[in-house]
Amino acid sequence: MRPAVLVLPLAAFILVTFVAPLLVMLGRSVHDPMVADALPETLGLLRSWDGKRVPPEAVFETMARELLKARREKSLGRIATRVNRVQAGLRSVLMKSVRRLRGAQPPDSWREAMIALDPKWGQTRTWHAIRRAGERFTLRHYLHALDMDQAPGGGIIRQPPDLRIYLPLLRRTLAVSLGITLLCLLLGYPIAYLIANAPPHRANLLLLLVLVPFWTSLLVRTTSWIVLLQTQGVINDLLAAVGLIADDQRISMIYNMTGTVVAMTHVLLPFMVLPLFSVMRTIPPLYMSAAASLGASFLQAFRRVYWPQTLPGVAAGSLLVFILAIGYYITPALVGGQSGQLISNMVAYHMQQSLNWGLAAALGGILLGGVFLLYLVFNRLVGVDRMRLG
Amino acid sequence: MSGNSWGRAGRLGYLAYCSAVFLFLTAPILVIVPLSFNVEPYFTFTEGMLSLDPQAYSLRWYRTVAEDPEWLRALANSLVIGFAATALATALGTLAALGLSNPAMPGRSLAMSLLISPMVTPVIISAAGMFFFYSDLGLAQTYPGLILAHTALGTPFVVITVTATLSGFDPNLTRAAASLGAGPVRTFRRVQLPLIAPGVISGALFAFATSFDEVVTVLFIGGLDQRTIPRQMWAGIREQISPAILAVATVLIAFALLLMVVVEWLRRRGSAKPA
Repeated sequence: MRPAVLVLPLAAFILVTFVAPLLVMLGRSVHDPMVADALPETLGLLRSWDGKRVPPEAVFETMARELLKARREKSLGRIATRVNRVQAGLRSVLMKSVRRLRGAQPPDSWREAMIALDPKWGQTRTWHAIRRAGERFTLRHYLHALDMDQAPGGGIIRQPPDLRIYLPLLRRTLAVSLGITLLCLLLGYPIAYLIANAPPHRANLLLLLVLVPFWTSLLVRTTSWIVLLQTQGVINDLLAAVGLIADDQRISMIYNMTGTVVAMTHVLLPFMVLPLFSVMRTIPPLYMSAAASLGASFLQAFRRVYWPQTLPGVAAGSLLVFILAIGYYITPALVGGQSGQLISNMVAYHMQQSLNWGLAAALGGILLGGVFLLYLVFNRLVGVDRMRLG
Repeated sequence: MSGNSWGRAGRLGYLAYCSAVFLFLTAPILVIVPLSFNVEPYFTFTEGMLSLDPQAYSLRWYRTVAEDPEWLRALANSLVIGFAATALATALGTLAALGLSNPAMPGRSLAMSLLISPMVTPVIISAAGMFFFYSDLGLAQTYPGLILAHTALGTPFVVITVTATLSGFDPNLTRAAASLGAGPVRTFRRVQLPLIAPGVISGALFAFATSFDEVVTVLFIGGLDQRTIPRQMWAGIREQISPAILAVATVLIAFALLLMVVVEWLRRRGSAKPA
């Protein structure tokens, strides 16, 4: 049978159940037709607006008509929310104005009536914001995700430093992931070496100790770290009992960055040890003995003979840990508190709490792009077909 | 390794360091199991527990869980979704692995990268995408939706374990079967399947473990009716952490150990066969 025929069912399955959702998400990050569909005529008129003065009466009249219609169709709230995301404060202006205009006699001048209701209607900024919220295809979610914005007159500006949220969070995610990768290497390299050079049955036993956490449910391990690290937890109790800390000076090791780093290192350590072990297993111990017999000290022999041969394992393990770390969600969400949140948690926040799905999709798109690049590097250096489990 | 060039102190220090790392790896599990038998609703060792007083231990939290309809329902959901996703993932993944292991497969590494991608993509992103896409299709908050999602996340494990088993597989065996008149289906059933069975079973167990421990897609595309055990634990950890969770955790640890031992046994059996 042709091999491609065998691969096809799964390839099609993955494309439909997994790749298509990712493409839909990427689509959401640049495409949002909600406002454009609700205010087609207003936006059409605004297209020929010069942008320097307050728009003419016709624009106000059409806007009022389309907003009233949106209210009848129960979509006003969603429109107002989207306009508000372009310029904060406009949601209440829209909602209040529609409430007042509804049922009132049509005024002689919509323009004067609306400006009288709220002076913001008389500002060009407001109309720029409406025009931008009406863009069907937009890069503004990506701009927001990078703490930037479109200036009302065109051009791109950065948020003032104290309002920047996402870039610092991205930097923190990268720094924490790098730190966790290094920690995993520092903890994992020596034990991988120990296992690779132990007699077979002891090596098997030690390998099981690495595999136990690998197989144990993530939520179970996270629960354990809460039990161990919380202020009334096992470690603090132990430290207080032996008198290392006073009972009222218990250390907060969880619901902060410490909790995130400790729990994530624990979760990701097997992903470092296993690739290291599989490389070290193939290095004959004879090489180190040969170096020693030629007069090299242990450190020299290690640095010049052993370490270079383990580099493929170091690269595979580090890349794998780093890739898994930058997208980590569950552990920071459960034990990270305020200060231990990473970029994934922000994606979840905008998906579930703020309901700003465009921004969530843009943040997800940036994260996905980063992971994709790292995956390419991993594929190039290690090769996915050489990946082994356990 | 030979310690002659290293010195005794260095070797002892090294062993102490390694022991500490092994302790770090296993400590969370060593702590949770005894605490799940705590008679008190505390998350720390009581004096009674430390003095091994039998009165300080009880099965109280296990009873709480066994009598709680929510946990039982979660268990049923986890099993239904887990079995369905495992069956699908194993069938699709094994077929694909057979194709991928054939040297005549065009675009092999590209196909492999695609099939492995659900494993390296951050789950939060997959879950967000699935939320949008499955909602549009009416699959959100349904069992089929979650089963499809868990199948997608589980297939890479099957593909990896089965291709690993097949890498030691002699292609002449299938040719021999064909030359003796066996059709492709019969060749697969009588020649290939028995040889790759350990890899297939390991892959299935990995896929089941993935589904059984998955919480993010359940959070995003599962409804109240589809609450699974990890979802229930998630709620427990976030809202009010009750010692009942430790009992569930202990059961899950026992389950994980069982899976691990089976997979390791299969792996050794698979690699022990003559090359």
